[in-house]
Amino acid sequence: MSAVEIRNVSKIFNRGRANEVHAIDDVDLAIESGEFVTLIGPSGCGKSTLLRLVASLLSPSEGAITVAGKSAEQARLDQDYGMAFQRAGLFEWRTVAKNIELPLELMGWNRADRRRRSAEMLELVKLPEFGDHHPAELSGGMQQRIAIARSLAFNPSLLLMDEPFGALDEMTREHMQTELLRIWEETATTVVFVTHSIPEAVILSNRVVVMSPRPGKISEIIPIDLGERSDDTREDPEFFKGVTRVREALRAVEGL
Amino acid sequence: MTSVTGTADPLVRAQLLREQSARADRRATAGRVTRQVVVFGLFMVAIAAVYISYKAFGAAFDHEQHTWRIIGSYLPRSDDLNMPPIPDIFGALTDPLPGESGSMAGTLFGEALFTLRETVAGFVVGVVLGLTLAIALARSSFLERGLTPYIVASQTIPLIAIAPLVVIWGRKNIDFFPWEWKDWMSVSIIATYLTFFPVAINGLRGLKSPRPENLELMESYAAGWTPTLWRLRFPASLPYLFAAFKLAATASVIGAIVGEISAGVGGGLGRRILSEALRYSTGPGRLYASVAFAALLGIGVFLVITAVEQLVLRSQGRKAIT
Ligand SMILES: Nc1ncnc2c1ncn2[C@@H]1O[C@H](COP(=O)(O)OP(=O)(O)OP(=O)(O)O)[C@@H](O)[C@H]1O
Ligand SMILES: [Mg+2]
Repeated sequence: MSAVEIRNVSKIFNRGRANEVHAIDDVDLAIESGEFVTLIGPSGCGKSTLLRLVASLLSPSEGAITVAGKSAEQARLDQDYGMAFQRAGLFEWRTVAKNIELPLELMGWNRADRRRRSAEMLELVKLPEFGDHHPAELSGGMQQRIAIARSLAFNPSLLLMDEPFGALDEMTREHMQTELLRIWEETATTVVFVTHSIPEAVILSNRVVVMSPRPGKISEIIPIDLGERSDDTREDPEFFKGVTRVREALRAVEGL
Repeated sequence: MTSVTGTADPLVRAQLLREQSARADRRATAGRVTRQVVVFGLFMVAIAAVYISYKAFGAAFDHEQHTWRIIGSYLPRSDDLNMPPIPDIFGALTDPLPGESGSMAGTLFGEALFTLRETVAGFVVGVVLGLTLAIALARSSFLERGLTPYIVASQTIPLIAIAPLVVIWGRKNIDFFPWEWKDWMSVSIIATYLTFFPVAINGLRGLKSPRPENLELMESYAAGWTPTLWRLRFPASLPYLFAAFKLAATASVIGAIVGEISAGVGGGLGRRILSEALRYSTGPGRLYASVAFAALLGIGVFLVITAVEQLVLRSQGRKAIT
């Protein structure tokens, strides 16, 4: 069974009005359970929209989406996915730990379990001493790490991530990529990941989905086979081959 | 003394850092309060200085009226009847009122408490009413579109006009409560009327203030309207609500005083101001003293709300708006 199945999905915003936008056009994509798939493409090509459709925060104008064999909406109601948005979106009045505990609270976890879990998550994103701080006291990159911890807190079987590392510096970014890969391997989570960074897409993914804009379509799907990642993978010739292929596909999309 | 950086254990270090920042917070608060008290003192001195100079200036030109007609014809006169000397105002506070025992300050204090009771009761009911309205309007855009014009229109009715009406209704028609209806409760209704409006309007703005990504996050957790209200919308609206509470509390004091005056309810500062105005010529200091008490009551109520606001928002690591 596919973890996510997107069948002939189109999304038109404000249909029939002057500000009509054809954001997604006839996208067809099946993502296997445990797969890591990255969406890449020029700004405005509909990456975030596609992710929101999978999350059932938007409903498709045409076509259908299933997540874990259910309708996307049912999957949302069953909390089958965790989501990290383009913006961290922490609640400023909650401490960092309480932000991570928010989904757990809504799921009815008891206080002791929540505390333990948020402490684990803070360790994971390497900010263990910041639990009692408020988000305003953290840098943008640190806030983004907290948002990632929040999305992982309840061990969802599907992770939807919209440029989660966009605000991080290069070293933290590589560190988070490694951590994400480790979590992904350990937990057999399926990940759909949006990024603008070609090396990031290549190092993380099993498949890179290259999208083209106006209207948003899949223009190419590039399989990446780097096997088990290690510290040396970033210097592997296979890695550079992948980077080159994705770059060429993106150039074709942008008409360069 | 343990040094924070020299401690290896991260838990101990975190604890030390927390204590250090708590100490810094307390110092900052103490500094701020001192500064505010000093500024307030200077402000009072400035007002006294303006009062004294105008009085002196006016008095010097008073007998020149026929040659220089601005003073006396366009500007208020500044003789001892219109502007009693400041010592007279303080003197009035220590003297007993005509035909009564005890200092006037004591009497005014009791009357301020009476007005405060009206204000607080009206304010609390107004906050509950305003919040309920704000939540209802945030919940349903149909209600929002339908009711908002009437809520705004309700504030165009002049206070002086409704105050006597409310008191008359209270005496004649309000008998469905398990307790006996008193005149001061009618005055409270006027405070309620002034409170619910800013609370409803600002509260609605606050409840609608969360950013779209935060609302989407709650939606992604399949959180319904009520959990979203308590965990997101309501906390997001707190700075807006406190701004409204400050406005509403001072308006409630004014409403209570004006209500007492225009409806002739006895026992509070409004009635005191009215009766001292009627026998002004025999003791102008007494009227000034009563008005000063009314002003102090308003300032006091404002300060209390501000203190609560600081406590609540600071504990959440955020700042007040306005
Ligand atoms: N709620 C909306 N209403 C109307 N138009 C929208 C809405 N959301 C997105 N769009 C439009 O859909 C198109 C795709 O937007 P989307 O945010 O999915 O792009 P993106 O690929 O994520 O871009 P970026 O890389 O800059 O984040 C854009 O033209 C955008 O203007
Ligand atoms: Mg986007």
